[in-house]
Amino acid sequence: MKKETWTELAIGALNLQAGNSVSNLTGTWRSGRKPEFIEDNCIQCFFCWLYCPHFAVRVEEGKVTGFNYDYCTGCGLCAEECPTKEKAIVMVKEETKIIEEGKK
Amino acid sequence: MKAVKILNGNQTIAEAARQINPDVVAAYPITPSTAIVETIAQFKADGMISSEFVCPESEHSAMSVCIGAAAAGGRVMTATSSQGLALMWEMLYIAAGLRLPVVAAIVNRALSAPINIHGDHSDTMGARDSGWIQIYSENCQEAYDNFIQAFRIGEHLDVRTPVLVGLDGFIISHSAEPVLIEDDREVRSFIGEFKPVFPLLDTSRKITVGPIDFTDYYFEHKRSQIEGIENSPRVIEEVGREYGQKFGRFYGFFEEYRMDDAETAIVVMSSAAGTGKDAIDELRSEGLRIGLLKPRVFRPFPHEKIAEALKKIKAVAVLDRASSPGAFGAPLFTEIRSALYDYGQRPKIVNYVYGLGGRDINVEHFKEVAAKLQKIAETGKVEEMLGYLNLRE
Ligand code: SF4
Ligand code: SF4
Repeated sequence: MKKETWTELAIGALNLQAGNSVSNLTGTWRSGRKPEFIEDNCIQCFFCWLYCPHFAVRVEEGKVTGFNYDYCTGCGLCAEECPTKEKAIVMVKEETKIIEEGKK
Repeated sequence: MKAVKILNGNQTIAEAARQINPDVVAAYPITPSTAIVETIAQFKADGMISSEFVCPESEHSAMSVCIGAAAAGGRVMTATSSQGLALMWEMLYIAAGLRLPVVAAIVNRALSAPINIHGDHSDTMGARDSGWIQIYSENCQEAYDNFIQAFRIGEHLDVRTPVLVGLDGFIISHSAEPVLIEDDREVRSFIGEFKPVFPLLDTSRKITVGPIDFTDYYFEHKRSQIEGIENSPRVIEEVGREYGQKFGRFYGFFEEYRMDDAETAIVVMSSAAGTGKDAIDELRSEGLRIGLLKPRVFRPFPHEKIAEALKKIKAVAVLDRASSPGAFGAPLFTEIRSALYDYGQRPKIVNYVYGLGGRDINVEHFKEVAAKLQKIAETGKVEEMLGYLNLRE
């Protein structure tokens, strides 16, 4: 993507396209591990959804159903915060892919 | 109705604030600017202004409120001094980086340590690279006029940069003098309606204020910020002229006092310039061809204009009411000496730091400087380039 020159930018360093972070696939930062959802153990408390720094917990029809790996960085906060005795989220090993910048 | 009132500097700024009636005033009181905040609070309590008055827990928070309110789309002001300005530091750069035209009245005074409440320029000189426009005032009338113009300058769409107006602690802030307060409606019509740019409260246009920049954009955004203050000289001139046409007092980048045929000159800002002019009158009557140049705008620094005004003088003394430890001279001196560098014909130049922590400067001290300048002009030799005035040595 061609980056703007200083004269092309909005003054005051404003971002005029609020919400454009959807184009930033933070999932490319993930290295070595990812969360896995165990639906049977889930009590739908939404802690994982609340704590996830990247809105990567998938919610469908009012229920947590897993993760959006395009944005999940594998930080493990969701698994840490999941309050059930038998965890509904566990971190599992994942083979790291080398991804070129800007490509999915 | 316009009227001459007997006001001190703090009351004068509060009067201007009452007339301007900004959307938000956020300030934390600190000596010697306390009375600005106090008087505005009284205006608010008496229903004389509709401004939202916010008194947060610190100056850091006061400037944060200003930034938030300005980003929301409001016309915003604050006032502070010395340690208060120092505590605002982090937020000063943010207001400038976000190009928010906040206006601040700064009652100039010394920075600790040692603790001192009196006037000097250490506070705003320390903030000289924060990206704010800086305008200095000799007396209450100038503080009033500068403060009103500051809104027009900072809010101009080509500028969109915060502005601070300096007035000397105690000497101006606490000394009462006659001030011509213009008619409320005339002041309001001069200021005009505030036109916010991409206000956060406009929910039809969603924007993000202050997102992170990495190595790929920070530099471009900083360059874009600099453009605002670089556009400001034209606006400062226009506003100063328009103010003069409307109210009879014209303003430029600096004032020249008896400089026409001067061989030597003293450069000094703010209240000391008043004393300096008296000294110049006495020295002139003694036959000395000496003049005075009083910078009004320090940021953006009017380097070309000042150099043009000084290039033919034989010897110039720059008086700084702030030190810059370890630097080659104090702030005003380094600017002026650098401005003259490209001129084939240029004066011999010396620097005196004076008045730190409110130390007096009177006519005798100006005469002392004048005598040294006279000797330099005659011999063409500078014996001591950097010195101090009225210091026990
Ligand atoms: S691992 Fe981190 S980023 Fe991924 S879903 Fe859990 S909390 Fe979100
Ligand atoms: S935190 Fe655990 S139990 Fe709660 S919704 Fe998420 S996965 Fe389910």
